[in-house]
Amino acid sequence: MKHVLETKEVAGQSPNWLLTRFDDLVNWARANSLWPMPFGTACCAIEFMATAASRFDLARFGMERQSFSPRQADVLICAGRLPFKLAPVIRRIYDQMPQPKWVISMGACASSGGIFDNYAMVQGIDTIVPVDVYVPGCPPRPEGLLYGILLLHKKIKGESLTIPGLRDEQTLGPTGLRLPPREIDELSEPFGNSVHQFRSA
Amino acid sequence: MNPSAEALRATFGDAIGRVAVARGETTVVVRATRFLDVMRWLKDTPGQIYNYLVDVTAVEYRDRERPLEVVYHLRSLARHANLRIKVEFDPRGDLAIDSVTPLWAGANWLEREVYDMFGVVFAGHPDLRRILMWETYAEGHPLRKDFPLRGRFSRSEQVRQALNANPEAHYSLEELSIAETYGEVPADVRDRLRRGERGLVGGSE
Amino acid sequence: MSGGRPRSVELELATPGVDARGRPVRVPLSAATLPEEPDLGGEHLLVNIGPQHPATHGVLRLVVELDGETVIRVIPHIGYLHSGFEKLGEYRHYNQIIPLTDRTDYLSPMANNVCLAMAVEQLMGITITPRCTVLRVIACEMSRIISHLVWLGTTSIDLGAFTPFLWAFQERERIYNLQEQWTGARLTTSLTRVGGMLADIPAGFVEGLREFTRTFPKTLAEIDRVLTRNAVWAGRTQGIGVMTSDEAINYSLSGPMLRASGVAWDLRRDQPYLDYETYDFEVPVGEHGDVFDRYLVRLEECHQSNRILAQALDRLPDGPVNVEDPHVILPPKSRAMSDMEAMIYHFKQVMEGVNAPIGEAYCAIENPKGELGYYFVSDGTAKPVRWRIRPPSFINLAAISKMAEGHLLSDLIAINASVDIVMGEIDR
Repeated sequence: MKHVLETKEVAGQSPNWLLTRFDDLVNWARANSLWPMPFGTACCAIEFMATAASRFDLARFGMERQSFSPRQADVLICAGRLPFKLAPVIRRIYDQMPQPKWVISMGACASSGGIFDNYAMVQGIDTIVPVDVYVPGCPPRPEGLLYGILLLHKKIKGESLTIPGLRDEQTLGPTGLRLPPREIDELSEPFGNSVHQFRSA
Repeated sequence: MNPSAEALRATFGDAIGRVAVARGETTVVVRATRFLDVMRWLKDTPGQIYNYLVDVTAVEYRDRERPLEVVYHLRSLARHANLRIKVEFDPRGDLAIDSVTPLWAGANWLEREVYDMFGVVFAGHPDLRRILMWETYAEGHPLRKDFPLRGRFSRSEQVRQALNANPEAHYSLEELSIAETYGEVPADVRDRLRRGERGLVGGSE
Repeated sequence: MSGGRPRSVELELATPGVDARGRPVRVPLSAATLPEEPDLGGEHLLVNIGPQHPATHGVLRLVVELDGETVIRVIPHIGYLHSGFEKLGEYRHYNQIIPLTDRTDYLSPMANNVCLAMAVEQLMGITITPRCTVLRVIACEMSRIISHLVWLGTTSIDLGAFTPFLWAFQERERIYNLQEQWTGARLTTSLTRVGGMLADIPAGFVEGLREFTRTFPKTLAEIDRVLTRNAVWAGRTQGIGVMTSDEAINYSLSGPMLRASGVAWDLRRDQPYLDYETYDFEVPVGEHGDVFDRYLVRLEECHQSNRILAQALDRLPDGPVNVEDPHVILPPKSRAMSDMEAMIYHFKQVMEGVNAPIGEAYCAIENPKGELGYYFVSDGTAKPVRWRIRPPSFINLAAISKMAEGHLLSDLIAINASVDIVMGEIDR
């Protein structure tokens, strides 16, 4: 088995039958028992709690056991806005999670800064941690969050052990930033109504 | 009009500026020099007993000629009376006033927030440091009118500054003193702190 | 912690202050001191709780100095959810600020919307219609119920009881259904407008709410049966985190925190707004000022809110919801499309906003968390010069260092839960 996994011919080519079966098994296991790390900050956290409660019930997706310790979590769900003061906290928690790990950015504020285009707010957590699924909404309905989780399931099921570097740790670069500064500035530019909010009077 | 306004003028004379009455609310402007005496008088005098501090905040106007005001909302629970006290400063000058924390303990965090957002320094405050932004925040005082909505630094610089603070920068000096008393602050951290460095890696604040 | 030889601390401990001549100086902080018998090997531990922690109710960070399990000092750190609301408010028209208020105290959004509309109407001198007044009372009391239900659910989880959380959230779903019927959103309602409401209540709303008021006391009775005379609950909450009434007033506490300490102050009764003096309800006031009393006060407030809702539904008058002032309220879309004057009013309100007269106004309501106040300063334009939120949880939380001294670490969690904080409001 080890020889089959390590064989150089596999990388970049379609995997063999044994690996595909193994991939299916591993992905099925991972997708159906994602333990969320609920990084709930604001209003989206309340909708996350409502999703976990009896009416919408996250438990049927295998996410019953919410892991508040990142060491035992699979998916970091950032539910709510992320100010700059909280940025090192989420980065540290992301770093503390062991692979395999995924990130769901729940809500408009976590995805892009939302309605808070100001001095205090990170304009999207993807400037700090790599994000797998973005769930829009302010706050997203529980059904929306569940759809996002199902999309993540689909993404996980499309993964493969043969893809090089997929499950490598993505650390911060030598500049201390995840993306080049120009890209962070571009991602954070005002859009929509925010474009008009330069004048106070 | 709230009768306290007239009583204030009778007792403190020149230290009381203009009095305004609008929308059922009375506002009294007080000079900074006798400010703490006025507040103590309002709290302790029988017949006034403003024992409840509702709010402390500051207002800076868009018109640069208008003074920056620190605004106190007081209430007397027994007499069901509300009063607004204002102290005015030149926004380009020193912003310093006495703290009312000895009178109302609830003023502690409220004054810290005014310091954080406007830069007003409260003399006699037991622990005046930033409360909403992190302690070594370098961009300025956010609610001032010359502070732009999106901050002074570029977004990537803001992210970099947020991510790269030293771990001990997250602890206040009071907590570091507790750790130091029990010998728990590592030597290199202690050296760095003694040199005045708290904040960005490899740089002073 | 008394006496002992204080060991000299090498760090420079100082915070900015001002000396008698008004010049900035650095004021020494009080250092920690070693306990009396250092040879016993007693050492105080500095433990960091949060900001990411299930029991902190949001992104709150508590740094605790512990002697074994006993809390010597707790230093709260906030600001981890600071979103610049007050700065944003200066860049928006008054109606555009209403969606912002949903997101400060997101557990009771409609009450914040109501308070903001009331504050702007006080600033502009607008009187709302009778129907709008009753609808706003309904909105406030619905918000009080959902906020207290979240508090009940999360506090039970903190103290080890998971089931009341599910019961509470099931009830909240019923209110969310009603909120969604009325405003289109479960949580971020943006219910009010200056001079009126977003819309009138839809058909079926009154029946739905009446059905809720009929069955809600049953759930409250269930929760009461499980918790109130439960030995574990009583043991963990009675006598914990006591604030006397003088301390509560001095620390500017408000809401159930203040009333549980024996101070009978409720803005609905003592500075009435929205005709609250015409409703028949009681204000529960505690005696001991501990966590148990705060629980009892909030539970009883749910019952009283239910009562007010039933009365409000009975007295809901017919008539327009919005004020008949075209300068303030948008004309109906059909008229704006056909009538020139209506189109111009629509244009001016959307593009320029509604100008407020020069001046200031402070308006406070009894939010579920305490006294929520909005202070507006206007310079005659459509955007405020200053929008200040007087946050009840912010001021209530400041007292935690007083309440938790001398208690155990597990009591600290109970005390933190009893303050009923919402970080969105604390950090704004």
